[in-house]
Amino acid sequence: MPHAFELETAQNPEALRRIVIEPVSRVEGHGKVTILLDEAHQVHQVRLHIVEFRGFEKFIEGRPYWEVPVLVQRLCGICPVSHHLAASKAMDMIVGATTLTPTAEKIRRLMHYGQMLQSHALHFFHLSSPDLLFGFASDPAKRNIVGVALANPDIAKKGVLLRKFGQEVIRVTAGKRVHGTGSVPGGVNKALTSEERAYLLGDIQQVVAWSQEAVQMIKRLHLQNAILYDGFADVPASMMSLVDANGTLDFYHGALRARDKDGAIIFDQVSYQGYNDLLTEGVKPWSYMKFPFITSLGEEKGWYRVGPLSRVQNCDRMPTPLAEAERLDFLSHGHGTPAHGSLAFHWTRMIEMLCAAETISQLLLDDDLLGQDLLASGPRCQEGIGVIEAPRGSLFHHYRVNEDDLVTYANLIVSTTHNNTPMNLAVRDVAKKYLNGRELTEGLLNHIEVAIRCFDPCLSCATHALGQMPLDVTLMDADGTVLQRMTKDEQGTLRQH
Amino acid sequence: MSDTQETNCFFLDDEAIPFTPGQTIIQAALTAGKYIPHLCYHPEFKPHGSCKLCTVRIDSRTIATEDGQTIKIPGRAAASCTTPAQAGQHVESNIPELLDLRRTLIQMLLVEGNHFCPSCEKSGSCLLQGLAYALGVMNPHFPQYFSKREVDASHPDILLDLNRCILCELCIRASAEVDKKHVFSLSGRGHSKHLICNAESGKLGDTNFSATDKAANVCPVGVILHKRHGFETPYGQRRFDQNPINAHAEQYAPVKEQV
Repeated sequence: MPHAFELETAQNPEALRRIVIEPVSRVEGHGKVTILLDEAHQVHQVRLHIVEFRGFEKFIEGRPYWEVPVLVQRLCGICPVSHHLAASKAMDMIVGATTLTPTAEKIRRLMHYGQMLQSHALHFFHLSSPDLLFGFASDPAKRNIVGVALANPDIAKKGVLLRKFGQEVIRVTAGKRVHGTGSVPGGVNKALTSEERAYLLGDIQQVVAWSQEAVQMIKRLHLQNAILYDGFADVPASMMSLVDANGTLDFYHGALRARDKDGAIIFDQVSYQGYNDLLTEGVKPWSYMKFPFITSLGEEKGWYRVGPLSRVQNCDRMPTPLAEAERLDFLSHGHGTPAHGSLAFHWTRMIEMLCAAETISQLLLDDDLLGQDLLASGPRCQEGIGVIEAPRGSLFHHYRVNEDDLVTYANLIVSTTHNNTPMNLAVRDVAKKYLNGRELTEGLLNHIEVAIRCFDPCLSCATHALGQMPLDVTLMDADGTVLQRMTKDEQGTLRQH
Repeated sequence: MSDTQETNCFFLDDEAIPFTPGQTIIQAALTAGKYIPHLCYHPEFKPHGSCKLCTVRIDSRTIATEDGQTIKIPGRAAASCTTPAQAGQHVESNIPELLDLRRTLIQMLLVEGNHFCPSCEKSGSCLLQGLAYALGVMNPHFPQYFSKREVDASHPDILLDLNRCILCELCIRASAEVDKKHVFSLSGRGHSKHLICNAESGKLGDTNFSATDKAANVCPVGVILHKRHGFETPYGQRRFDQNPINAHAEQYAPVKEQV
């Protein structure tokens, strides 16, 4: 594994030239990349900064627990369903609903697979395909979805319609395409009507077929330029995701499994209820986003990657036949060795989109979707943890609720947060390989953004740490003489130096 | 005496509205299916006249000047919930001047409290939100006040989220007039005015309040909430999902016994 801290902090930053990419475009949220170069254009420091602050963990406190699934989803406009469902799963525990009714569980799964489909389609077609179809250094005026629509109208149209179908699945299950209210603690507030099911069944076979085409398209792009796709932003990393009891990938529920960069199991079938013993959230003074790591391996070696590239290689099989065939094809390309090139995210993301489409196709035939038994309950609890595989990776929601039904504690570990270290390493890898010793151009800098986009980061979802930010403040006079230096560590302890 | 006076009619925006003696303008209008915006009026309680949303102009006049121009002399402004209907009077409600003032009142209410509709379980069934939509309130206009309000969750069945209180006093009237409990009251003056509970601790949980009380089921906004039932009604089935608030005039008309 690459060293987690290489190129993180330069020895003499004040003597270096600073390049800033801000904002990082075609990602959700606001981030920037800073690069420090010497006079010979050698890279000494690269950081992906998340400069916005959301703070949801704090302002959820004091709100009634049944409001949380609706409130917390507002931190994202692209994958709100993931937060809606992760919070609902945590609140299921609060209301003692250890097992949902068949209708509620299947409606939630349908909603989630609709989300997976629309989010993956959005990312691949709208955000990333311009880089992949036109080249990383192509004309920036055309390197966008409008350019794709003009040059490849059929691809753009299918991308838009795939996303639309996913959003329609969300609408009929959650009430709205974005920020619905379908999932409530203990179940759901509506089932499907026969008309809604017939409406979705009318298009689903076309959606499955287009998803297959999307897999073939990215596979073709990857294999046509395998040296670039395998080696670009190559960050060998441990991988973590949910799998079911048989090791099959399950986006909605399961136990945690992690493999190291060579594919060996680190832990398996670990209940996510014990995530606090498993993971530690590190913090750094230059980012609002935390840096989680596997506690037993330490901060330097314990970082890991989540999301499609990890999920597809971490599981033993996909739950649907077409996606499983594509997974095996993907694995055969690696000849038994896990792939870590960041561009392989796109291939695996499309395999997951196909899996979502197939699963929706199967679910729509299930009459439980039309049932009327929507809610379950049991003995009231005061603590709930919900984990789900969101489009971008594992999403953790953890709440404590007092006897008066108000939330007293909230902790969110968002997919993009898990990927903080590998994203930083990916941009450093690209900076080293492509920027070192060269005159910088827009096209070269876009290589940095391409590496970030591979992860499909949701930066606004991921920035909630409050009061845990370490600080290092130095007061200097006009001559540069240090007059005073004060630091605050992760526990909030102030020190004079 | 004209026919309309003989049959006890007045004119609302030039339309004849019948009334029975003793009815207020808003009672007669709502009975006739004509909506006048309001928040503190409720057909089951004595009118209160505090929210001013139902203000109308009565008997405006148009006069001709010496140079041949016409000038409108606005009639007196009155709360239609407290003003008795009178035969032959001309009442204006749906006119630009009053609609602008109502929009401003709604905007002031929206910034005075902490009304975060996206996560409020009353969204879709809230009178304040419904009026904002019906009146075309597109933004808060005024700076957000960010008032510091409390959430009282001490009662086992009812949550009080005072962030959303508009001081309509419906819960106060319901608790006093129907429930005979006097659980609620207002305290403070001006911008410090707030709802309080009749207990030494000030907590709802220390009163004899019950979820079946009339006062527990009369709040027009999202203050008095039944615990553990939020978001049970899906989109499409909430109170104002199918029709805007001004299409529901008959719902606010006086109940028959009181007419």
